[in-house]
Amino acid sequence: MRVSEKMARCRIPLVLLACGSFNPITNQHMRLFELARDHMHSTGQYKVLEGIVSPVSDAYGKQGLVPAKHRIAMAKLALQTSDWIRVDEWESQQPDWTETVVTMRYHYNRILQEYQKSTTMHKFSDDKNPTVTSNPSIQLKLLCGADFLDSFRTPGLWLDEHIEEVSGHYGLVCVSRGGLHSERTVHESDILSRHRHNIFLVTEWVRNESSATEVRRALRRNASVKYLIPDSVLQYIHQHNLYTQDSEKRNQGTLLRPLTKQATNPVSSLDD
Amino acid sequence: MDGTAGTRVVLLACGSFNPITNMHLRMFELARDHLEDSGYQVVKGIISPVGDGYKKKGLIEARHRLEMARLASENSWITADSWECLQAEWLETTKVVRHHYNELLAQEQNNDDVDTVKYGKKRRIEDNHYVASSAPQNRDSTRLMLLCGADVLESFGVPNLWKQEDIEEIVGRFGLVCITRSGNEPLKFIHQSDTLWKHRKNIHIVQEWVTNEISATHVRRAIRRGCSVRYLLPDSVLNYIREHKLYTEESEQKNIGVVLAPLQRYTGASSS
Repeated sequence: MRVSEKMARCRIPLVLLACGSFNPITNQHMRLFELARDHMHSTGQYKVLEGIVSPVSDAYGKQGLVPAKHRIAMAKLALQTSDWIRVDEWESQQPDWTETVVTMRYHYNRILQEYQKSTTMHKFSDDKNPTVTSNPSIQLKLLCGADFLDSFRTPGLWLDEHIEEVSGHYGLVCVSRGGLHSERTVHESDILSRHRHNIFLVTEWVRNESSATEVRRALRRNASVKYLIPDSVLQYIHQHNLYTQDSEKRNQGTLLRPLTKQATNPVSSLDD
Repeated sequence: MDGTAGTRVVLLACGSFNPITNMHLRMFELARDHLEDSGYQVVKGIISPVGDGYKKKGLIEARHRLEMARLASENSWITADSWECLQAEWLETTKVVRHHYNELLAQEQNNDDVDTVKYGKKRRIEDNHYVASSAPQNRDSTRLMLLCGADVLESFGVPNLWKQEDIEEIVGRFGLVCITRSGNEPLKFIHQSDTLWKHRKNIHIVQEWVTNEISATHVRRAIRRGCSVRYLLPDSVLNYIREHKLYTEESEQKNIGVVLAPLQRYTGASSS
C-alpha cells in the first residue's frame, strides 16, 4: 500500500458541530465551517464528513433572540446549496435550554451508530481483504469562535466537568482572528491547557467582523446587510419583518437560562 | 449641505476586481446608505474593471474579471461596465469618469428631449480636455461620484501615479466617496493636501464600522493554496473561477517585473 493510501485509510472521520444562537446565520458563520474543514484536512489526520449547525432553543433567554422556527428556516435557506453542512433542529426542539455537552452527546451517539452501521456493511462486502486494518472511529468536535472559548471563563456559565468533557473527550476547533488571544485563553485555563492537543486553533487572516449582532443592528437602522448574509436569508427577514427595535428587546432583563439552570439542576458528567 | 436634497447620484468604482469580492459589493451598499442618509438619491452603481494594459502583477484577463463582476452584480442596482477594459491602452481614471459622466448626460438628454431650456446649460465634457475654470456638474443633473477605499485616496500621494490636474478634476468636478475603517487617516490626508482640502465638501468619508478585509489578494492566495473562499464572494463567481481554473501560481506571475502603466506613462520608465 502506498504511503498516501495508508494515510488516506487512516484519516479520522470527523463531524463538526456548531452550537449558537444563529440570530441570524451569517456568511461569517458559514466561513467558520469552511476554514475549520480546510484546517483539519491540512493536519493530514482528519477527514471532515459533515458540518452541523445547531441553533439554540428559545429557552436560552438571550436578549434579542427571535423564535427558533425563524432561525432554523433562515439557516436552512443559507445552507441550501451546501453539500456538507446541514441544520439540525433537535436542540431547538428541546423543552428547556440544553447544555452543550448534552447536545454533543446526542449527536455523537447518533453519528457513531450511523457510522458503525455503514462500516460494518463495507466489511461484509469486502471479500478481498478479510484482515483489513480497522478504521479509526468517527469523532465529533465542537466548532466555535474565540468568544465561545472566552465564555468558559464566565462564572456560572459552564461546569468544570463539562469543559473537561467538551475539550477532553470530544475536542474543539476554534476559529479566530489570530494574534494569540485564543492561545492565551487556553494557556490561562488548567482544564483547557491539559487538553490543548485536542483544541485546534484556526486563524482567520481575513478580518471579517460582520457578526450577527452587527447584522441585527444594521437591520434595525434600515442599513444594508446585503453580502453579509445570503440573499435568501435577507428576503426571509424582510418577509417576516424580523429584527426590529422590538425584537431586540425580547428577553431584556432576563437571566440567561444556563445561569439559572446549572445553579439548581446541573447535568451529570459522563463519568457519573 | 446645500443643494443635496434629492440630488441623484451614480457611483462609479474603478479597480482591478481581480476577482470581485463581497467586500467590493459591500462598498456600494455602505456608500449608498451613507449618501441617502445625507439626502442624496443613489440611482445606480457601476463597476468598471481596469483594462489588461494596467499591467498589475497577477491581473488576469479582463473578459474574466468583467464576467465575474457581471455575475456578482446580477439582480442588483449595480452593473458591470466593459467600456474601460475594452480600451486598447490603460486609461487614466479621470477619463473613465468623464466617459461615464457623458453617458449619463446623454441618457438624461434622451429622456427629456423636449425640455431643452432645463438642460441647455449642461456642458458635455471633452474626453481629452479639462479646463479648471469650467463649471462643476449642473445641480439639476445626476452627479457622478467615484467610489473607492481609503487606499485609493491615499494613493493620490504616491509620486507619478496621478496627475495633479486629474486629482483636481475628480474631487472638484465630480466627487469622491471613500470607504474607510479608520475615520482619522483619510481626514488627516485630506487636511494635509491643499487640493483635497479645497474640495473637502465633495469628499464623503464613510466609516466602515464592521471591518471587512476580504481583499482580492487574500482570495487569490487562498484559491492558489486550495483553500475555501466560499462565502467571501458570491457563489456564482466562485463557480466561474472553478470552471475556468483561474488564479493559479502561474496567473499570479503575470506581469511580474513589468512597470505599472500609470508609472510608465508619467515617468517615462521603460518596462523591463
